[in-house]
Amino acid sequence: MSWRSIGTIYAKELRESLRDRRTLISMIVIPTFIMPALIIGVGKIASSVVTKARAEIPRIMIIGGEDSPGIRSDIEKTGKFRIVAASADWKTLISDKKIRVAVEIPPGFEKALGTGSAPAITLYNYEGELKSGLAEEELSDFFARLRSRTTASLLAARGLPATYARPFEVAHTNVAPPEKRGGNLLGGVVPYFIVIICLMGAMYPAMELTAGEKERGTMETLLCCPVYRTYIVLGKFLMVLTGSLTAVVLSLVSLGGSVLLAGMAMGPGVGAQPAPVGGALTFDPLGILGVLAMVLPVSVLFSALVFSISLFAKSIKEAGSYLTPLAFIVILPCSMGLIPGIELNFHLALVPIVNISLVCKEMLSGVWHWGYIAVIFGSTAVYAGAALGLAVWMFRREDVIFRT
Amino acid sequence: MIEARRLTKVFHDRRKGEIRGSDAVSFRVDPGTIYGLLGANGAGKTTTLRLLATLLKPTSGTAVVAGHDVAREPDKVRANVGFLAASTALYARLTAREMIAYFGRLNGIDGAALRERVRFLADELDMHDFLDRRCDKLSTGMKQKTSIARTLIHDPQVMIFDEPTLGLDVMSARAIVRFVRECRSRGKTVIYSTHVMSEAEKLCDVIGIIHAGALRAEGTLAELRARTGEADLEECFVKIVAPGGAA
Repeated sequence: MSWRSIGTIYAKELRESLRDRRTLISMIVIPTFIMPALIIGVGKIASSVVTKARAEIPRIMIIGGEDSPGIRSDIEKTGKFRIVAASADWKTLISDKKIRVAVEIPPGFEKALGTGSAPAITLYNYEGELKSGLAEEELSDFFARLRSRTTASLLAARGLPATYARPFEVAHTNVAPPEKRGGNLLGGVVPYFIVIICLMGAMYPAMELTAGEKERGTMETLLCCPVYRTYIVLGKFLMVLTGSLTAVVLSLVSLGGSVLLAGMAMGPGVGAQPAPVGGALTFDPLGILGVLAMVLPVSVLFSALVFSISLFAKSIKEAGSYLTPLAFIVILPCSMGLIPGIELNFHLALVPIVNISLVCKEMLSGVWHWGYIAVIFGSTAVYAGAALGLAVWMFRREDVIFRT
Repeated sequence: MIEARRLTKVFHDRRKGEIRGSDAVSFRVDPGTIYGLLGANGAGKTTTLRLLATLLKPTSGTAVVAGHDVAREPDKVRANVGFLAASTALYARLTAREMIAYFGRLNGIDGAALRERVRFLADELDMHDFLDRRCDKLSTGMKQKTSIARTLIHDPQVMIFDEPTLGLDVMSARAIVRFVRECRSRGKTVIYSTHVMSEAEKLCDVIGIIHAGALRAEGTLAELRARTGEADLEECFVKIVAPGGAA
C-alpha cells in the first residue's frame, strides 16, 4: 500500500477543506456550539420558564361550594391562588388560559366532612399545559392536607390515634449513583446528538470531495495521475472521516465543558462525577471517553456511506438530495435511546446505530457491559468495513465516475 | 509512441442499448508527431483518448502507450502521459504552485527535485506573477498555463489533448496551439482531438477522421485531399463521414 500517495491526497484535501467556509461550519462551528446551546441555552430557557410559571399566582374558579364558605376561605387564605368569579364558560376560560383550574365543590361538602362521607371534589385542568398543571398540583396538595386534617380530627373524636388510618409509612431511598440518574437523562439525548453530528460532519466534505470534484471537472484531472484508485478513495475517505471525527470530538469536548460550566453555575448536583448526590446533569466522565471510542467505527461507517452515495451523484445538489433522506433514516434508530425502558440486549447490540445509541446511554450512566460493548464495536467495525469496500468498488466503476 | 490495436469500448445504456464509443480503432503515433483525431461531437474522440489515458478500460483490443499496455499496466501508462482537456479543471482553493506541486507528488516527485521542477515550469510559462495566487482568482489564460504546467510536471513522453481550446478566447487558444507545437519540437508523441478543421489543418502531421466510434480515414492532409478530391479539409471530412463516404 502506498501511504505516500494516500498521505498526499489526504493532505491536499485537508488543506482545501480548511480553506472552505462551508466545510469549517459543518465540521467545527456547529459541533462546538450545539452542545452548549443545548445544555446551557435550552436548559436555562426551560428552567426560566418553569421558575416563571411557579412564581405566577394562578387564577382559579370555584364552581359551587356556596354552602362551604370555610373551604373557600381556606383556599383564599393560602395566598397561592387568585379566585375569579364563577361563570358558566369556565371550560372555555381554561382552554383560553384565562384561568388555570376550576374546582367543583359539591353541595353540602363542608358539612359532610364532619361525618366522613363528603362527596368528591373535582378539579378541571388543561393537561399538558405547564401553568395549569402546576395550579392543579397545588390545589391537589391543598385538598390532600384537608383530607389529612379531617381524618385526624375524625379519629381523635373516636379516641383513636392518628396512626390508626396510617399504620405504617413507606420510605423511599434511591440507590442509583448520581451519574446513573444524570446519565439516564443525558444518556438518551447525548448519543442522539453525537450520532447526528457524526453524520453531519462527514456529509459536506463527502459531497465536496466526490460529487463536487465531478461537477467542477477536477476528478478527471486527478484520475490522470499514476495513483491506484483505491489509494485515491482512501486519501479522500480519510478526509471525510476527519470531518466526522473532528465534529464528534469537538461536540464531546464542548459537552464536557458545558456540563462543568453548568455545574459551576447551578451548584451541587450538576456536573461530572464526583459531584454531590441529586444532580440531573451528572454523568460518568469516563463515559465521554467510552462514547468517543464507540463512535469511531460509526464515523467510519457514516463516512464510507456518505462517500459512496455522494460519489454516485453528478453534482453537489444531487448528492444533497440523496443525503438528506439518509439523515432522517439515521434519526429514527437514534431516537431509540430516548425511549424510556428500552434496554440493550444481544439482538439490539447487532442493530447499527440503535446499538450505539443504547450503549452510549449506559456508558454515560456509568454502566459498562463489556460483552455488549465488544459485540457492538465489532459489528459496527464490520459494517464500516463493508461500507468502505462499497466506496472502493463504486470508485472503480466507470459508470459511476464518468456518470453524466 | 502510441499504438492502438482494434481499441474498442462498448457502453451499455438502459434506453439506447449498446453504444460503441470506440469501435476497433487502430492507429500509430510516432514521437515528434502530432496526430489529429478529427470528429464531430459524440464521434468517439473523448472515449478513445480516455482509453489511451487509461481513464477507461477497453472492452476489447488494446493500445501500447510509451511502451506500456493500457490494460495491463495502466499506472505505468499514466506515469508517461500528460492529459489536457477542456474538462480537466483546477482545484479552486489551491494556489497555482500548490496545484502543480500536488500533481508532482502524485507523480512521484518530491523535495528539492519538485521545487526545482516547479520553478523551471514557472520560468518557461512565465507564471511567477501568479504562482502563489489561488486558482479561483486566476484569469482564463493563467488557468491555462497552470493546467499546462500540471500536465508537464512529470515531463511525460506522450501528450494527449482532448479539445483543449474548447471555450477559450482567441489568445488563450493560440497559446495552447503554440504549446502543442513545442511538445512536438521536443520530440513528444502528441495526440490532439478537435472538431475545429482549421486547428487540425494548422497543427496535425497526420489526421484520423473518427465517426460513430470508428476510424473512417487516416493520412496526412495531402493524402486526405487526394483521396476525396477536395481541397478543403471540411469538405474532405464531410465526404468521409457521409454514408458510403470516401473511406
